Order: sequence, then structure tokens, then C-alpha cells
Amino acid sequence: MVGSEVTGLPLLTILIALPLIAGAACLFVRAEAARWIALVTTLVELVISIYLWVQFDPNGAQWQFQEYVPLGGGFGWALGIDGIALVLIQLTAFLMPICIGASWRSIERRVPEFMAAFLLMQALMFGVFAAQDLFLFYVFFEGGLIPMYLIIGIWGGAERIKASYKFFLYTFLGSVLMLIAMIYMAQTAGTTSIPKLMAYDFPVDAQKWLWLAFFASFAVKMPMWPVHTWLPDAHVQAPTAGSVILAGVLLKMGGYGFIRFSLPMFPDGSAMFVPLVFVLSGVAVVYTSLVALVQTDMKKLIAYSSVAHMAFVTFGLFALNRQGIEGAMMVMLGHGLVSGALFLCVGVVYDRLHTREIARYGGLSDNMPGYALLFMVFTMASVGLPGTSNFVGEFLSLIGTYHASTWAAIVATTGIILGAAYMLWLYWRIAFGTQRNADAAAMPDLSAREWWLLAPIALAVFWMGIYPESFLRPMRNDIGRLLTRVERVAPQGDSRPTPGKAREKLQLVGEEESHS
Amino acid sequence: MSRFAAILPELILSLGGTVLMLVAAFTGRRGSALVSWLAVALLLVGTAALVGAPSHAGPQFDGLISADLFASFGKAIMFPAAAVAIIAAHGWFEQDHEHSSEYAVLILFAAAGMSIMVSATSLISLYVGLELNSLASYVLASYRRSDERSAEAGLKYFVLGALASGILLYGISLLYGFTGTTNFAGIAAAFARGAPSLGLLFGLVFLLAGLAFKISAVPFHMWTPDVYEGAPTPVTAFFATAPKVAAVMLATRVCVDALAPATDAWRQIMIFAALASIFLGAIAAYGQTNIKRLLAYSSINNVGFVLIGLAGGGAVGASSVLFYLAVYVPMTLGAFLCVLWMRDSEGRPVEDIASLAGLSQTRPGFALAFAVFMFSLAGVPPFFGFWAKVVVFNSALKAGLFPFAVAGILGTVIGAYYYLRIVKVMYMDEPAAPYARVREPLQGLLILVSALVISPLGYLLIGPLQSLSDKAAGSMF
Repeated sequence: MVGSEVTGLPLLTILIALPLIAGAACLFVRAEAARWIALVTTLVELVISIYLWVQFDPNGAQWQFQEYVPLGGGFGWALGIDGIALVLIQLTAFLMPICIGASWRSIERRVPEFMAAFLLMQALMFGVFAAQDLFLFYVFFEGGLIPMYLIIGIWGGAERIKASYKFFLYTFLGSVLMLIAMIYMAQTAGTTSIPKLMAYDFPVDAQKWLWLAFFASFAVKMPMWPVHTWLPDAHVQAPTAGSVILAGVLLKMGGYGFIRFSLPMFPDGSAMFVPLVFVLSGVAVVYTSLVALVQTDMKKLIAYSSVAHMAFVTFGLFALNRQGIEGAMMVMLGHGLVSGALFLCVGVVYDRLHTREIARYGGLSDNMPGYALLFMVFTMASVGLPGTSNFVGEFLSLIGTYHASTWAAIVATTGIILGAAYMLWLYWRIAFGTQRNADAAAMPDLSAREWWLLAPIALAVFWMGIYPESFLRPMRNDIGRLLTRVERVAPQGDSRPTPGKAREKLQLVGEEESHS
Repeated sequence: MSRFAAILPELILSLGGTVLMLVAAFTGRRGSALVSWLAVALLLVGTAALVGAPSHAGPQFDGLISADLFASFGKAIMFPAAAVAIIAAHGWFEQDHEHSSEYAVLILFAAAGMSIMVSATSLISLYVGLELNSLASYVLASYRRSDERSAEAGLKYFVLGALASGILLYGISLLYGFTGTTNFAGIAAAFARGAPSLGLLFGLVFLLAGLAFKISAVPFHMWTPDVYEGAPTPVTAFFATAPKVAAVMLATRVCVDALAPATDAWRQIMIFAALASIFLGAIAAYGQTNIKRLLAYSSINNVGFVLIGLAGGGAVGASSVLFYLAVYVPMTLGAFLCVLWMRDSEGRPVEDIASLAGLSQTRPGFALAFAVFMFSLAGVPPFFGFWAKVVVFNSALKAGLFPFAVAGILGTVIGAYYYLRIVKVMYMDEPAAPYARVREPLQGLLILVSALVISPLGYLLIGPLQSLSDKAAGSMF
């Protein structure tokens, strides 16, 4: 089974190896050459991943482009993707050239190392989504901490050291428990193959503990309230490109982990903990939205809004029905684009004024009309306006949640309202109003490079909002397969139509009560 | 003659060491380079002598030692590590006009002692090997006579080592008294005869306490930071690798062979020692400013992880110990070789962690290699140290020790902090005064090779290394 089924080329290995080679090459050249190497590599990666998308057969086998080389000791280089992994790979490949472009001028110090770290990050992210071996997944999942630690710690803001430690140790702590669970799974099931484990039924009692161990890791990565506190620090201190990739892809690994491991491997465990997930997500939606409302730092505001949006993902996933899971996937994709774009928008003005303080801006629609336009598109998308990507996801996810629990759906929906409040208010304070600060009023509009960064995202946001079928189609069968594992235990919910009670019956009951 | 074929490596080392001592005596300081190269050659020849049938000949000399794959596995790690310790000393002692040929000879004798340790299947040969190794080590620790810290290290090591030897001997005498034999098989038979008597248990505890001193497991670790800091750096590199491998393997053989029927008794000791070592090693390293002291705590921490594997017991546990050691040695040697290269502008060695500041900008390759060793010691994937940790935790989980494994793995997070701190100093701080370049291409090559083994390329070795350590562990049963 070595080699891809479609072309005979090990495409996924190429996808992972190319950035590694290019990243190593970056270390030996000067800044300008490193920039170009990184840009060309990420564009080639984008082309390869689009080719994967085109070649992927949504009605074909569950796992496509499979590769397998055993390395002994129960460990193997096993790669392969299904539709869910495919769309996340597309997201990663799409955001990477934009990140490189965003760092083109804003990173001046130690450029070759920066590009090398970014390309390493890219390789590891592709690895996470393509890995089919339990431990290979863990290696990529945890390995991603190293380049991100360096990116935040070297090129970050004033408090970067603290933020980088917090990021690393927090996520490391979450993940080590997952490692113990993985070793146990490999021993019990006798295999480390993720596809085989997805069909393996662990004892219900063990599922509970395994689910919790995986939850510890993915909840931190996601991040869910109350283990989200590393995120605002990391986002605020990271350079713009780091924030984009953090919000755009790294957070999605948590959701991907739930959908790849927790749901299909421990369906009973998942069902057992649905109330826990709903409560945490509900608190996250309301609490972090309120926290976002009072932020004075733009990046922090968007960081908190990420936590709130990710709660829609967990709501949708643990509704354990089709709408919920499809919605969760769409929220992940949409949020990946929109929050990335919002961080880029912050980066645009930060590059000019070197402050993220909201109060330092105002009335930018006068001197930066192009910027104000694109910023508005992404604000509206973040709010979930119909026609944009986030609407599709959030709507589906809410429907799914409603089927599982009306109370949860009510709480989740407040997130839409609060989201509109903090995003529109942010937009108003930055783009409208009077121009209070002379330096902010003197800022030039978007440069051609910045248009090239933001416009493709805007197009993708509309594409996803107007014709989501392109993205839902590759995932549909895989979500169907997932549902066969979980629908047995899906929460019944209180929203099903119930036949009305007969009047006489009611009277009878009343009489009985009066008799007794 | 065949009896001697089975101990060929030991013969090569001890006879060769004796001859080299004479060479050293007659040539004086002029011969020091010649003697060290010959010593390296002897160690490599000793490693080569492991290949072939005699090294699997089984019990020799009425069960005093056993020539089996387990012992050969250990020797194949220790001899090259000892050779590296000799190479590491090049250009180190000369600067103080102290390099004399005895350094290499002492390492040879220590290696002969370690070789007996890993082969020992009797309490007597165990003790002889341990003492041969220890006596050479005491001298090595204080090798730099003019340096107060070195002399202090030697004295401390000797006094505490003598105490530990006393404890060990007391345990041996108790075991001998209550079983009537010093042979591992005989002791195992005595333990298998029913619930062990109090005397046997005391013997077991004292024996393990003495061994815990040699592997610097908490609570018998106190000597480690002082000795590691005070001893000359090449000697520290040696202490942290080869003798540690020997002592851990000796403890492994004692536990899974001689004390196999009493697994429940020694497992409690191992669980305590493992967790205490992991947590103390991790927490005590926080405040350290000296890189050698920090690595001393790191080695205490790592011993904790080895013991996690050992606590699993049986062939799986022994195999995980071997796997861990095989990965531990290159990453520790690599880290110490990097420490050896820390020289101020005049070429004098520095040990201050702060002097590493901004190394990634002044010496990118050096910093990258050091960072690889640090991440690997911390057990962060994708480096090879991660897989070693997977293997030892696999052993503990196989034995059903779930809470123990969870506690142990949480210790890795605490430990990760101080390894990250080194990376932070090298990569995120403003550059300090750059280091002087060390012109030792062979050492540079060794750093490169160990970094490559530890890098994700090392994963290609998982298959062969796993099957080899399984076979080696199986050879004891």
C-alpha cells in the first residue's frame, strides 16, 4: 500500500517534507532570499493541496492517498486523509502564503530563522491532519509546540517570554495525559492505526477515562473555558503571522482531535460527558463574549472572541447529530479564515502606528476606505451575517444543538447577539466616529501587498457563505460514517415534536389526584 | 580457553589498561596523546569483541558472571561512551598542564569494572565490578588536583560512596546469610520458596539502597550535583553516561533476575524512587545557574524515568530500561560535549547558564544542537527522547500501574520548564560575549552524530533498537 492510490506519488509525504527542506535551506541564506523561498514553497504547497482537493473522490474510499511504511516497535509512517482532514489541509495551505506575506516587512530581525520556524510549523500542521498512526499524530501534534514557542518567544511583543512559556507548558500539560491514554489504547486494541481504532469498541468503563485524557489535551488546544487563559497572552504577544496561524489552524487541532478521536473512538464516553461539554461551552460563550466586550486591546478582543466561537464548535460536535457536526466543521473553517483575517487587519494598523490600543484609532474609514471596507466584511462575517462563511456554520451548529438540548441552544444563541455587540462596537470605534488622533488620521490606505493578503480571504469567506456545498461535499460521507458510531448514544433532546395528550386522560389524572 | 573467550572484552580492557599504565609510566607527559588514542582503540576493539558466539556463552565461572546479550547490549553502549569521554578530554586538561596519561588508563579500568557489573550474576562479582568502577571514579572526580572544587568532589564522592558500599555490603551479607548463596539464581529460588522472611526483605532493601546511590536515585542522590559540578567536565560527561548505564543495568538484573519472585516488594521501592527522582530532579533544577549542576539534576530526573520502566518488571520492563539507556547516552553525551565547548573569549571553560545568552545569533549551529539535546531530554516530540519515554511508560502501563504512570508523566511537564529555560536563554535573550571557537573537529563530529541520532531521523532506529533490547532482556530469562 506504499504510495498514493491515485497517482503513485506519495503526495502527503511531499506535502510534509517540502517545507522541512525549504525551512532548512532558509537557514543558510540571507533575509530576502529566505522570504522568497518561504513564499514560493508555501505557494507550491497550496497548489499541491488544491490538486489533492481535485483528486479527492468524495464518494470513494474513506481514506485516500494512503501511505504506510512500518518503522518497527509498533510505530509507522502512516498517512492518509479523509474529507475532514482534506478541508483542514486546504485551510492550512491557504493561510500559509498569507502569513508569509504578512511577515514580509513586519519581521525585520532574524528573518531566515523566522521563515524556517514557519515552514517547520507548516510541515507539522500537515502532519497532524494527515497522520494515521496514533503516535505519529502525537509527534506532529506536540512537535508543533516547538516552532510556535520560538515564534512567540523570539519575535513577539514585550511580554513574549511569559506568553511563550505559558503557551508551551499549558498545552504540554494537557497533552501528556493523552499520551498515557494512547499507550493504553495501543496495548488494549493491539494496533496504533487510527482507522482501525476508530472502529474499535473500548470497554465503556475505560472509555470514560480515555475520553477525559483526550479531553484534557483538546480542551486546552481548542481552547475551552476555563483552560483558555493561555490564548489571550499568546495571541497578544505573537507577531501577526503567528496569531493568524494560531487562530486559523492551531485551534482547529482541538476540534479535529475531538472529531477524529473522542467521538468515534469513545462514543459512550462522549455521550456521558455531553452535559459537561455543554456547560463549559455555554459558560465560554457568555463569559468570554462579555470579557471581549470590555477589552481595550484589539488583539485581546479577537482572542476572546475566538474562545467564544470555538464554543460553537464544541456545542455542535457534542450534539452528536449531522447538523451539529457539519456546522462545527464549517465554524472551524469559517473561523479559521475570519479570525485570521481579523488578526491581519489588526496587523495592518499595528504596522503603521505600533499600538493595538483601540482608543488610539478612530474614523479610519475617512483616510483608509479600502481597509474599512475589508475590515467590515470580516466583522460581518465574524458576527455571522448570512452570505458569509460563519453564518452557515453557526446556524447549522445551533440547529444541531437545538436537537440535543433547547437550553443549550438558547445559551449558545446569546453568543450571536453578544458577538454582534462586541464586533460592531469594535468596528465603530476604529472605522467610524471622529478622527481623534492626528497620527492615526494620517495613515495611508492598504498597500498592494495588503490587498493581496486580505482580498483572497474575503473571496473565500463569501464562497463559503454562498456555496458551502463545495466544502461540505468532501466531508459528508465521513461525517455519515462518524454518525454511525455516535448516533446510538446521541442525546435525545427535548425539542422533538410530541403528540398532544388526550383531554380525557388529563381529566382522569386530575380525578385520580383529587381522589388520593 | 573457551571460558576466557567469553570474557574477552574484560580481558582486553584490563590487560590493555595495565600495559598502557606501563607505557604511561615510561613515556611521561610526552606519551599522553599516544596513551589516550590507544585507550580509545582498546575500547573500540573491546566493543568489536562483543560480536560473535562467545559473548552469548551463558553462565561462566560457576555462575559468577553471565556472558549474554543483556551484558553485551550494555557493553556496546558503555565502551563507546567511555571512548567519547577520552576524546572529550582532548584539549581540556592541557591548558592547565595537567593532562597525564592516567586519565585514559583510569577510564579503561572503570570500563572494565562496568563490564563486570553488567555481566555479574553473583553478589560477589557484583561487588567487585562496582568497586573497581567506583575506585577509578573517585580518582577521576578529583583528577584536577589544583582545583579545589575537583578535590572536594572527589572527597565527597569517596566518603559517600564508601558509605553506600557499606550499605550494599550489609545487604549482600544479609541476603547471603538468609539464602546461603550469593548466586542470583539461588537467591531467586530462595525468594520463590514462599513469603520472604524479614531478613531477606532487609537484605533486599539494603542492596537496592546501595544501588540507588550508584544510579543517583532520590533519596540517595545528594552527591550528584556537587560531584558533577566539581569534577572536570569530561569526567562529568563520563559519570553521567557509562557508569550510570552500568549501575542501572546492574539494578535491573538484580531486580528482574535475583529478586524476580519478590517483584511486589521491590516495585514499591522503585515506584517511590522513580517519582521522587522525577519530581526532585525537576523542581531542584529550577534555581540552578550552573549548567553542570542543572544537567546533574537532569540526570537524576532521567533516572526516575528509567525506574518507571523498571517498575513495570519482567522482560518488558528490562527491555524498556535498555531502550531508554540507549537513547539517554547519546543525548547526555551530546549535551555535555556542548558544555565542553562553552569557553570564554580566552578559551577558559565557563559553566554559567547566563553565558549562553543569545548563542543562537553568535553560533547558530552550536545553539541548534544544544536545543535539540534539551528538547530531547525534556521528552518533547519529535525528538528521540520522546520515544524512549513512550517505551518506559508502556512498560509501566503493561504492569497496570496507571496512577503511577500519570504521576510520572506530569513530572515531565515540570521538568520541561528548565530545559525550555536553556532554549529561551539561547534563542530569546540578547547575545552575551561570544564563545571562543574550539578547534576539535572530532568532538564537533560527535556532537553532530549524537544530534542526528536524537533528531527525528532516530525514529528509523526504533525497529532495530526495540527488537535488540527485547532480545537482550529476554536473554536473562
